[in-house]
Amino acid sequence: MSSILDSKSPEGPLADKWQNFKANEKLVNPANKRKFKVIVVGTGLAGASAAATLAELGYQVDAFTFHDSPRRAHSIAAQGGINAAKNYRGDGDSVNRLFYDTIKGGDFRSRESNVHRLAEVSVNIIDQMVAQGVPFAREYGGMLDNRSFGGAQVSRTFYARGQTGQQLLLGAYQQLARQVGQGGVRLFNRSELVDVVVIEGRAAGVVVRDLMTGELSSHSAHAVVLATGGYGNAFFLSTNAMACNVTAAWRAHKRGAFFANPCYTQIHPTCIPQSDDFQSKLTLMSESLRNDGRVWVPKVAGDNREPHLIPEDERDYYLERLYPSFGNLAPRDISSRAAKRAVDAGQGVGLKQNGVYLDFSEAIGRLGRDTVAERYGNLFDMYERITGENPYDVPMRIYPASHYTMGGLWVDYELMTTIPGLYAAGEANFSDHGANRLGASALMQGLSDGYFVLPYTISNYLSEWLNKSVPDTSHPEFAKVENEARDRYNRFASVGGTRSPDWFHRELGKIIWDYCGMERTEAGLEKALGEIPALYEEFKKDLRVTGGTDGLNQTLEKAGRVEDFFELGMLMCRDALDRKESCGGHFRAEYQTEEGEALRDDDNFAHVAAWENTGDPMAPNRHVEDLVYEEVHFQTRSYK
Amino acid sequence: MTNTLKNLTLKVWRQDGPNTSGSFETHTIEEITDEASFLEMIDILNERLIEDDKEAIVFDHDCREGICGTCSLMINGQAHGPERGTATCQLHMRKFSSGDTIVIEPWRASAFPIIRDLMVDRSSFDRIVEAGGYITAATGGAPDANLIPVPKPVSDAAMDAAQCIGCGACVAACPNGAANLFTAERSPTSTCFLRVKQSGIAVQKTWSKRWIRTLGRAPTTVSVRRHVRKRYQST
Repeated sequence: MSSILDSKSPEGPLADKWQNFKANEKLVNPANKRKFKVIVVGTGLAGASAAATLAELGYQVDAFTFHDSPRRAHSIAAQGGINAAKNYRGDGDSVNRLFYDTIKGGDFRSRESNVHRLAEVSVNIIDQMVAQGVPFAREYGGMLDNRSFGGAQVSRTFYARGQTGQQLLLGAYQQLARQVGQGGVRLFNRSELVDVVVIEGRAAGVVVRDLMTGELSSHSAHAVVLATGGYGNAFFLSTNAMACNVTAAWRAHKRGAFFANPCYTQIHPTCIPQSDDFQSKLTLMSESLRNDGRVWVPKVAGDNREPHLIPEDERDYYLERLYPSFGNLAPRDISSRAAKRAVDAGQGVGLKQNGVYLDFSEAIGRLGRDTVAERYGNLFDMYERITGENPYDVPMRIYPASHYTMGGLWVDYELMTTIPGLYAAGEANFSDHGANRLGASALMQGLSDGYFVLPYTISNYLSEWLNKSVPDTSHPEFAKVENEARDRYNRFASVGGTRSPDWFHRELGKIIWDYCGMERTEAGLEKALGEIPALYEEFKKDLRVTGGTDGLNQTLEKAGRVEDFFELGMLMCRDALDRKESCGGHFRAEYQTEEGEALRDDDNFAHVAAWENTGDPMAPNRHVEDLVYEEVHFQTRSYK
Repeated sequence: MTNTLKNLTLKVWRQDGPNTSGSFETHTIEEITDEASFLEMIDILNERLIEDDKEAIVFDHDCREGICGTCSLMINGQAHGPERGTATCQLHMRKFSSGDTIVIEPWRASAFPIIRDLMVDRSSFDRIVEAGGYITAATGGAPDANLIPVPKPVSDAAMDAAQCIGCGACVAACPNGAANLFTAERSPTSTCFLRVKQSGIAVQKTWSKRWIRTLGRAPTTVSVRRHVRKRYQST
């Protein structure tokens, strides 16, 4: 236990910290900005907005994405909306309330100063996105519309039908494209980060693999920003896109960046249940559906009648019953566990009895089919395409699935990792959501980091390097890291075993889901920590990658990503084992109240666990950043 | 409810690189449940290929929710296959029947050079946006979002237009390989997308009429029909 972690939270009362920071930060004058090069990896909301804004300011920016176009980043799949403390409804919202809701939603496990800043800049995001032309939903009077979301009692969520992430990403992507066209950003598409280069204790650049040619190349810079998303695909089945991976963050971790709270993973309550063993991913149905849909299961276990044949008094609307003040809009972790309890008790619905109903018949009766179609039409269509069932006529079937990861690279108030010059933004960092993220807050955080935080904080670091030389790619360390990466890919290609990377990923995902998913126990985690290394050994001996290391090889790409998930999986289980309490998305069965709710241990665990790599994935070092609350008082999170 | 499809014949385009010639490779899927998605079927086939020590079929895909626009594929000559308004990743096997032969090709357009197998290079779309497909709004200094009211019908129409997923199906389906639907700012691209899918190459006779209806003008002076005939002869 050490406290080498300095959060660098600015001085002053909470509400003044960000202003104080901005008043005192070191700046780089406009003529000097062009002397600095910044590498941005990832082009989702955080990456695209950071790259575009840094280039607007005058920095030279190199942006990397493994997609064919920056617009494909998985931010695009976010459906429901984006929170902001605009108080356009006049329903009692304020920066302070958004701040408090986020802290409470995160089960009192996030850093106060970061969350307050997030709430402050949330209002700027909406202004900025509207200026960019994002077609947010509007009322007939022409003003912006809002909807409510889980974990809040005000309506502060801005949305663009069920495609808010798409519209926001297109906005950020277009700003990035503008800079690419004007020469401010050099864009490297279909290029995957394979390692981070650290020289003399600071981030000096990256090594990337051109996915088309298989060539490795080095890139140096004054600072590196990782905006590479979360690690939800560790579970194999998740709502993440197929290519989402932890490699960038993990490589940085292996080079010295601490990884914080890996056990904080979010299971989203409303996904379409798994239908088959070979299923490649799970599809999310936006949480916004819970505004009008009612969740229920049959009261009697094993009742397999058609839903319309089950009379009202034989249905258990369990969220409304257990959490009357939030009802169907109870936060994600709470709704997820409630669904799991129902299914585990045999009340599950559908052929595999692995789901619960989300029923719109009452809403259709109240609002009419047209209004429901206007609000959720595209989601209903998507549901029908996947399941072959029409949710206007039969209730949807839903079940929780891995969706978002609150854990990530440890960063200080300036979003810098423990490697000087290496930043992490968006889902890739751990900073704002504590142990559980509220709906519509991921888009807010990604854009806040990229548009309104990094561009301010990065100059504080860069200014020190003005007119000083930094290592370029001729430094031997770059060649060394490139060679290590080359050896690694050659190793994958030459194992000559019998199993594909996907096979290993699926098996690994099952272990992590079973023991480090919605509910964790000491025995289960110990078991996982035995099974994962064993499977990893098998991976090293029995992997089969067809095709060579030259040129395009999707099987080889997957092998690299799966290997990093193995090591991450061990760390997730280790973190979950050591956190002997339940909080937010981390639910340890041993620590629960009589009603089955999470039981926190504020005396011993009101801290961030930040893990240091030691070279042995089974024996990392645990460091602690104590969470000091100046404004907020610990409370039991209650949504009853 | 769940059914099992039997004896599907897949004819899949394989091509090593942009400058090599390609050919169709035939595979048989003996059994698959109709709950599977089209791309999951290719996943299964790829697993089998790797087991047989062969190289997996290269194809673009990512979100599998029909929103990222990464997936492509001409399926039986139709961009994104037979289901209307549905990207390939959302197409499920229940749209096919036992015994079907399914032809799987990459997008066919000279603006999208083939990279390998079923993967094409769509960076031309990025270049269009980089050339001016944006609003100039540098970060900071934006006025309050509610300062300028936008009537709901206008906002809704903008949203319709903005829903385009940038997949390139319109270019692949267009006999001219034109990107007019991608760039048509005033035309609701989502609707165009549906219409392109509805028409496809398979129903090319009605194509030019649909095109005109969608865009409000004829595409070019080149005869669409002659162009289509030419393309068909060459493949």
